[in-house]
Amino acid sequence: MAGFLKTETGRGLALSAPASLYVGLLVAAPLGILVAYSFWTQTYVEIDKTLTWANYLEAATDPLVRHLMLRSIAIAGAVTAATVMLAYPIAYFIAFRTQKKTLWLLLITIPFWSSYLLRVFSWKLILGFNGVMNSALISLGLIEEPLTFLLYNEFAVVLTLAHAWAPFAILPIYVSLQKIDRSLLEAATDLGCSKLERFIRVTLPLTVPGIIAASLIIFIPTVGDYVTPSLVGGSQGKMVANLIQVQFGPANNWPLGATLSLVAMASVGFVAILFVILATALGRRIR
Amino acid sequence: MSTPASDQLNKPMASSLSKPMRKPFRFPWLLAYAIGYLIFLYLPVLLLPLFSFNDGTIVAFPMKGFTLKWYAQLGEQDTLLQAMMNSLIVGAVTALVATSLGLFAARAYVRYRFKGRELSEGLVMLPLVIPGIIVASSMLVLFISLGLRPSLTTVILGHVFVALPFAVSIMKSAFDDFDQSLEEAAFDLGESVIGTFRRVTLPIVAPGIVASLLVTFTVSFDEFVLAFFLSGNQPTLPVYIWSQIRFPAKLPNTLALGSLLLLASVLLLLTAEYFRRRSTKST
Repeated sequence: MAGFLKTETGRGLALSAPASLYVGLLVAAPLGILVAYSFWTQTYVEIDKTLTWANYLEAATDPLVRHLMLRSIAIAGAVTAATVMLAYPIAYFIAFRTQKKTLWLLLITIPFWSSYLLRVFSWKLILGFNGVMNSALISLGLIEEPLTFLLYNEFAVVLTLAHAWAPFAILPIYVSLQKIDRSLLEAATDLGCSKLERFIRVTLPLTVPGIIAASLIIFIPTVGDYVTPSLVGGSQGKMVANLIQVQFGPANNWPLGATLSLVAMASVGFVAILFVILATALGRRIR
Repeated sequence: MSTPASDQLNKPMASSLSKPMRKPFRFPWLLAYAIGYLIFLYLPVLLLPLFSFNDGTIVAFPMKGFTLKWYAQLGEQDTLLQAMMNSLIVGAVTALVATSLGLFAARAYVRYRFKGRELSEGLVMLPLVIPGIIVASSMLVLFISLGLRPSLTTVILGHVFVALPFAVSIMKSAFDDFDQSLEEAAFDLGESVIGTFRRVTLPIVAPGIVASLLVTFTVSFDEFVLAFFLSGNQPTLPVYIWSQIRFPAKLPNTLALGSLLLLASVLLLLTAEYFRRRSTKST
């Protein structure tokens, strides 16, 4: 044992073990128990530990579950697309059009060093019926009646989340733009590419890895977001996390909650893998 | 295209004496877009402080007048002060534990080439990509099954989990620039393993450690969903704020409290950034 600890592998494993065991155990153990719970049933206050597929059947057949699940994935997809498309020009600007890269990167990340809960709360105040946006527009004389489509719908959820995840899109895309060998761009120009062609056929395909990374970082956590749909989603904007929370809270049906968590995780994983395969293929196609 | 591509990429340096280039003025669309985007990013963050000084209970224009009373009232609320204490305790313990775990793990990843390194590195980053609600609900189930009642302890266990990726990546960049030969020199001059670590390694990566402590503290201080599930009847500050958001009468106080938190987070993380840069430039 003492000899093993003198080797590279031994020392590396010994030093990294506390961290990786901590994470490993706190991923595996809760997951295992979640799986167990998903096969049990809630009978009022007691948990009936006979194994059954009932929860999965309920998750598969209940229209509300399916509806919320699909909506969560659709909203997360919309958020991902909106965030990446809004972020790309900024990343491009920082990578190619400014000398003050560090300053711009700092400016972009500072707002996200503040509490997520408070930023979402602030959007609620901005978009509300008697909120900042409406009162400002009325004061300016641009509208007469408050706009009602701002808060408590999918739009508010997508807007708020597109704001919340902005730097997670900008940074990976910026890194992939920064890595592009500038001589490739010169070559494209010398070979007669117009600026647009050069962007579509050289720059964009080379940033596909950055786009994929950004999309996954945003999509996966967004499907399970709880705070934003609760605060700005209203009844139209509720997502699967709200349903899961209800099972663990007010409804007190942990087995169903566990099942929903697992189904949500599996769906996210499935969509994410599908996306990576499609995006990679598309990236090759354009080139 | 007559102008070389490199000219368009690297913005033309101020050409000193030569005649100005015959470049027609082009509206800087990208710059304009970037500035508009910055306004979008900062709008919600600056809004809370702005209205926290507003002498009225409704958050809308036109504003009423300047007041500090919403801030003054904060000190009188006992539940708020208790939640603040809870958050400070959870944040401090989380920062210490996550940074210690991260310190050793990062050291292993940078210094040693070993079997399972990539697996271990990937595993440690995993908490970043699991949706919060799933971490929260599954940990609640685990802790209850183990007989651990929701409390500050369970919140700390959860927060160390989510803060660990931040600690590891900050400590990794601190160790990346660490010159190995300094340690070897210390060994050769007769220092023990622990002595070398304490007197050579630690002082050099100290800025990285400070940065990691500050960042992990802030991650814990701002975290809501896990604390919401795991705190039981010992709310942390974000859980307290969540309970206040529903009462319109409490809104101005919530704004004042929120503004203070925003300020604290930004200051802490700017300090962390300062130390992080020092740690990566030091050698």
